[in-house]
Amino acid sequence: MALLEVSDITKSFGKTKVLRGIDFSLEKGKALSIIGSSGSGKTTLLRCLNFLETPDTGTISVDGEKIFDASAQKKPSEAEIRKNRLRFGLVFQSFNLFPQYSVLENITLAPKLRVNEKKLPADIKKQELDKINQNALALLERVGLTEKADFYPCQLSGGQQQRVAIARALALSPDILCFDEPTSALDPELTGEVLRVIKDLKSADTTMIVVTHEMDFARNVSDEIMFMADGIIEEMGTPEEIFDNPKSQKTKAFLNKSLESF
Amino acid sequence: MGFWEITLSLINGLEMTCLIFALTLVLALPLGLVIAFGSMSKFKPLAYVTKVFVWIIRGIPLMLQIFVVFYVPGLVFNATGLSRFTSVIIAFVINYACYFSEIYRGGIESISKGQYEAGAVLGMTKSQVFFKVILLQVVKRILAPMSNEVITLVKDTALARVIMIVEILKAAEFFTSYGLIWPMFYTAVFYLIFVGILTLIFGFFEKKLDYFKA
Ligand SMILES: Nc1ncnc2c1ncn2[C@@H]1O[C@H](COP(=O)(O)OP(=O)(O)OP(=O)(O)O)[C@@H](O)[C@H]1O
Ligand SMILES: [Mg+2]
Repeated sequence: MALLEVSDITKSFGKTKVLRGIDFSLEKGKALSIIGSSGSGKTTLLRCLNFLETPDTGTISVDGEKIFDASAQKKPSEAEIRKNRLRFGLVFQSFNLFPQYSVLENITLAPKLRVNEKKLPADIKKQELDKINQNALALLERVGLTEKADFYPCQLSGGQQQRVAIARALALSPDILCFDEPTSALDPELTGEVLRVIKDLKSADTTMIVVTHEMDFARNVSDEIMFMADGIIEEMGTPEEIFDNPKSQKTKAFLNKSLESF
Repeated sequence: MGFWEITLSLINGLEMTCLIFALTLVLALPLGLVIAFGSMSKFKPLAYVTKVFVWIIRGIPLMLQIFVVFYVPGLVFNATGLSRFTSVIIAFVINYACYFSEIYRGGIESISKGQYEAGAVLGMTKSQVFFKVILLQVVKRILAPMSNEVITLVKDTALARVIMIVEILKAAEFFTSYGLIWPMFYTAVFYLIFVGILTLIFGFFEKKLDYFKA
């Protein structure tokens, strides 16, 4: 059974239909790249998965558990949304690190708040908090920023900030980690370090959804490619299927245009 | 009447000045936050009423508001009026809370949506996001306008004399009936020292928050 199953997601903002029926599933440990022209609804789809937008129709299931159902009679409580949210992580185009916290604190803030909410005996709580710190340091090592643990976001390059943001998202061990154009806000010479980190995550069997304009990255790193156009999935398949034998005219046109721009 | 006698009398007035200043600050700072949330409320009627209220309070001279609080209960409702001191504090607190609320609102609305969303995706509650992520960034951003407003408050306390509260300026005014004008000018020294100390305090906090950019 697939880890993630999305069915019939639609979303409108006022009169504009941004998502017009999205159905797909994703196996555990796979990396999915979403490509498509500007305005096709890629960001909106990721935001729906992360409960930043509420879809008008459809369902989202993770691990067989229905975590969103637009037709449900009663609205989910804030606490339920919070719990379900942790199934997903999201790395933003603009990093959105918390400027007043050090790199390490950025990573540990949310997990520590969760521990502090629980009523735990003092010594157990201390153990848990220590574990969070250890885990954060391990994550920093994974994204190659061990020596920056005590730096503040304003002291880091864009690429370093984005790597911290990735570590921060990983700290809550989401089932599925989403990236919304993680390198678009970066200078070209900094995209490589971030893409490499994302690529390395893959070998560690994290399930990922990456919205990207980096066609080389999509082709080389992902197991599946989704091409979106005008709020629907125009075509989905392996990188070979999409890049070498696109079936749809729209896909062909899009790929030709993105290749031209290089 | 010697220099020291007059200085002592002014210091007595200064105590009242400080009291009005401190009480206004302690009460108006939190009340301003409540008003700010009211004016940003998603419940439109509340936001609308709050905004009209802020418009009225900021649109009328504070001196007039002091008169209203002090005289209107007695004149209109035949109630026993409030004491002079209470009236002054009420007028000052409401007036300053409204000014503070606009500064808070500006600060809160200037924080990018991305900060709230980053907190939300990390599973934080709305109040955790506000208190752990947003608040300090807002504080940093509003420090300069707040220091302006607080310094204005120091000098506005002199308005309390319109209903015979003896703060420092009123204390100095007494000596004019003895033909002494200089105590009035002498009060400037006290105001300058007061504002100087506040400037140092605000400078200290600005430095403290210098370590990050927001
Ligand atoms: N909150 C919103 N209110 C109104 N319209 C919105 C909102 N969010 C997105 N849209 C509209 O939805 C459409 C799809 O936006 P979306 O950001 O999902 O596209 P995208 O595929 O991510 O594009 P890009 O490649 O430029 O990031 C756009 O036309 C956009 O204007
Ligand atoms: Mg987008």
